[in-house]
Amino acid sequence: MAMKTSSAKFKDRVDEGIHNDFMRLAVSSAQERLHGRRLTAVDELGSWEDWRSLGEEIRQHVLSNLDFYLHQLAENVSKRGGHVFFAETAEEASGYIKDVIVKKNAKKVVKSKSMVTEEINLNATLEAVGLDVVETDLGEYILQVDDHDPPSHIVAPALHKNKEQIRDVFKEKLAYTQTEKPEELTAHVRGILRKDFLSADVGITGCNFAIAETGSIGLVTNEGNADLVTALPKTQITVMGMERLVPTFDEFEVLVSLLTRSAVGQRLTSYITALTGPRDEDDVDGPEEFHLVIVDNGRSSILGTEFQSVLQCIRCAACINVCPVYRQVGGHSYGSIYPGPIGAVLSPLLGGYDDFKELPYASTLCAACTDACPVKIPLHDLLRKHREVIVEKEKMAPFSEKMAMKAFGIGAASPMLYKFGSKMAPSAMSPFKTGDIISKGPGPLKTWTESREFPAPGKESFRDWFKNREKGGKPS
Amino acid sequence: MNGTIHNEGAFLNNIAKNLGRAPITEGISVPEWKHAPKKEVLKHATPNDLVAELKEQCKRVHTQFHVTDSKQVMHCLTQVIEELGNGPLIIPKDDRFSAYGLEGILKEKDVHIWDHQAGNENIEKAESANIGITFSEMTLAESATIVLFSDKDHGRSISFLPACHVSIIPKSTIVPRMTQAAAAIRSKVARGEVIPSCINFITGPSNSADIEMDLVVGVHGPIKAVYIIVEDK
Repeated sequence: MAMKTSSAKFKDRVDEGIHNDFMRLAVSSAQERLHGRRLTAVDELGSWEDWRSLGEEIRQHVLSNLDFYLHQLAENVSKRGGHVFFAETAEEASGYIKDVIVKKNAKKVVKSKSMVTEEINLNATLEAVGLDVVETDLGEYILQVDDHDPPSHIVAPALHKNKEQIRDVFKEKLAYTQTEKPEELTAHVRGILRKDFLSADVGITGCNFAIAETGSIGLVTNEGNADLVTALPKTQITVMGMERLVPTFDEFEVLVSLLTRSAVGQRLTSYITALTGPRDEDDVDGPEEFHLVIVDNGRSSILGTEFQSVLQCIRCAACINVCPVYRQVGGHSYGSIYPGPIGAVLSPLLGGYDDFKELPYASTLCAACTDACPVKIPLHDLLRKHREVIVEKEKMAPFSEKMAMKAFGIGAASPMLYKFGSKMAPSAMSPFKTGDIISKGPGPLKTWTESREFPAPGKESFRDWFKNREKGGKPS
Repeated sequence: MNGTIHNEGAFLNNIAKNLGRAPITEGISVPEWKHAPKKEVLKHATPNDLVAELKEQCKRVHTQFHVTDSKQVMHCLTQVIEELGNGPLIIPKDDRFSAYGLEGILKEKDVHIWDHQAGNENIEKAESANIGITFSEMTLAESATIVLFSDKDHGRSISFLPACHVSIIPKSTIVPRMTQAAAAIRSKVARGEVIPSCINFITGPSNSADIEMDLVVGVHGPIKAVYIIVEDK
């Protein structure tokens, strides 16, 4: 699927999300679990602010010298016998990959989860020439089997489905006869996909981080699917967004540590793999041929602008897991493969304001996203900048926050929700506070407070509040 | 033989243009980073502290943990194999089996030793094996992670395809965290060594929480993982 996942109007998508009770329950419970695990992992590591600053420093250095590091990467991939293709557009990228595969007379392609291959609409391009394309990440596989249902979260793509729904899809499509237990559903998929891994001609992966100094590709999973995708087929094709690289293994290690903690609260995920070139001489497994496709698709036009910092993103979804708006409306409402705060910033930049102008308004600007980001992207500032551009430069009709918040079902009726996302320093709000109520808010709060009063953020920080909450303490 | 590179010039020039400067293809070195929190983790840990940390972390990653010495290791491994339901076994071609008192395993009747000359037969053996046994090159205490380097005698499939994965961990391979492993790989690079085509950092069995965030252990890779720490001679 391309970046845009729906042709329905924004308001209608949100309306559908708001009224999908199961999805909302699944999303809120997933948010809490992922967020709780992240906080634990972050606390255990210690000096988290230093880690974040280091992550930011590394990402900014790479972006400032991106041409240098991409050149170094390409040279080192080539030295190890790999082929490198720089693709300016989505079409160039998917066209090149299709040509490589068709030349091999390949029939079956196995894929490990990759957002950038969604972005370049790769599966449709390959299926159009009759190839059998199999997603091997469990969540992605579930969506693929369910007639290509779009992903709703960048780390847990099938988050919006419950196990009963998955069981029913499997019964209909995979002759599944067991129960809705996740263990049984998973074992069934293991059996099917094992055969696909062994019979596939080509393996396609994304890239968490490429390593310029060695020409290596770093892949991070829990399932181990990326390892089978790259160990068994004769040809490996890796697709990377052009900004997803680090100078050396030293920086790779730092960003992996930030990624696994922020994404799933693990010290490291089960499988972290650094692949360099095709297999070595006399090796039995690993690909005989390796292609690296480096994709621009609109990224270069973000460089040098006030939005450049969004390219620091390491796709951990920590911002999605704390966002009160995502919690209310779910991933599909964004109409993009990139949902949540990161999606609301990135989608208009990569896909244009025409399709995604409402997304910067899908935010309370509470800054919980900015606080959660492991590489310090000022997400809420970028959302505000988008709104300025939309109103001032694009001359598009401003989408009022009042309307947006109403559509999201966020209002005085759900003060807890507001608090969930809010990390605003109590002091910053104090001039507007009368007791515990904000009656005249600044900026984005203005339209809200024109019609209703909001509970003021408490003195407790979000993190403290969350911890207390987990201990069963009464939220303030 | 070098691989091909397509469309590089125009692509990189466009990046430089957007960054508002002339293209740079040389002369950049990695700066001294202002923040260095990574060396603080487990900074003062002794080798025994690291074993304790590793043991504690194993509980969280669904991995069985044994500590033994080179005299007892064969006995320990035999028991583990029995508990996991016996062979077929697949192992790399590796002198450390003898060096660490595990010659016995080489003589098991149901064992396949990776032989690059046998080609794909190795993969078939790995696919039908119940247990793959590896030696950890480096072991990260903080995350309970073993590190594997591929080569012609150490096939990638040994740790992925069998239902169970047993890793032998010489105690001297244990380091605090990934920081030290990255540094060791970089010093290989600095010495001009060619790094392996596949470096695996493996932490326990494969798993997924893609269905309702419920953890399922055993997805595409091994369903069970066991670490055996061996005190060095």
